[in-house]
Amino acid sequence: MSAESPELARPASPKELFFAFTWLALQGFGGVLAVAQRVLCEDRRWLSREQFLEILAVGQVLPGPNVCNVALMVGDRFFGWRGAFAALAGMMTVPLVIVLILTAVYAHFALHPVVASALKGMGAVAAGLIAGTAFRLASALRFSPMGLPVCAAFGALAFAGVALLRWPLVWVLLGLGALSCAYTWRRLRAAAAARAG
Amino acid sequence: MPAVDWAALFGHFLLLSLLSIGGAITVVPDMHRVLVSQMGLLTGAQFNASVAIAQASPGPNVLFVAVMGYQAAGLLGAGATLTAIMLPSTTLALAAARWAHAHRDRRAVQAFKAGMAPIVLALMLATGWILSAETPGWRHLVLTVAAALLIWRTRVHVLVLVAAGAVAGVLGWV
Repeated sequence: MSAESPELARPASPKELFFAFTWLALQGFGGVLAVAQRVLCEDRRWLSREQFLEILAVGQVLPGPNVCNVALMVGDRFFGWRGAFAALAGMMTVPLVIVLILTAVYAHFALHPVVASALKGMGAVAAGLIAGTAFRLASALRFSPMGLPVCAAFGALAFAGVALLRWPLVWVLLGLGALSCAYTWRRLRAAAAARAG
Repeated sequence: MPAVDWAALFGHFLLLSLLSIGGAITVVPDMHRVLVSQMGLLTGAQFNASVAIAQASPGPNVLFVAVMGYQAAGLLGAGATLTAIMLPSTTLALAAARWAHAHRDRRAVQAFKAGMAPIVLALMLATGWILSAETPGWRHLVLTVAAALLIWRTRVHVLVLVAAGAVAGVLGWV
């Protein structure tokens, strides 16, 4: 899992990280995660899909905005705390200026029917982007030590809990997450024992 | 705003940062309780607008916290709330990532990463589901499903899809 595939690239400097994250944040309407996966794994090839999923897993369980945690960890992986700061600052600075300007002119634009209907269409696309990205990343599960059927079962349970039954996220992460990790741990131990024996 | 209120606001957002598993959006109900009901810094309408503006704007959704701070106390307010919501969680994330990387060969770390992967994917799907359920209607759903299929199966640029969504909205198709 720690093996890096040879065709992966790496950013040249924290500055390159800053601008890459600025650019990807500016493409993220209604959520940056889908764009982050596209840019980091497919365009720049800084991370494999498996690595992206691993980083996302850590970022999801910890408090804080997921995409900001992902930016920090990606930056840290390449250039230590300087990279972490560059990536996070890139993700936040320009979007912050834009959102504050929008707030200042909000009264003038929000009620405009053209803007409202454009936002409605963009919202529909944003929902599709995040779901499509999940399907795209699912290809990484074929390397999972859990095996695909068990992965699918845990995924289906988590989806039903959060999307349909609206369970609190914390309980899904702590409850189902712990079960899933415990199962994986046993599988890994059994595999290690089989190799040793 | 008196210094006591600044300290209360800053302190409360520091605390919320550590509670925001799944993103800052999960602690919105408590922000509403403090900013609107308890401190009276924002009206309910201003509060809702803060979330809406940030969602209509590019960038991470957590920026809605800066919009709330801005509406409550100007630029200084924006700086205070955003710094407070980010500082504890980023420090923790960095420390945890380093620990996990240093111990990446441990079975527990590998089990955690592999075990959480299907759950993380399910949460992304659930986010798409919840976002799309907010606006009912079959045309809206068609647009969502089309965007999902295109991002999954093709290399079409994200901005093209977002722009297409905006055009579809303006033309009254959704």
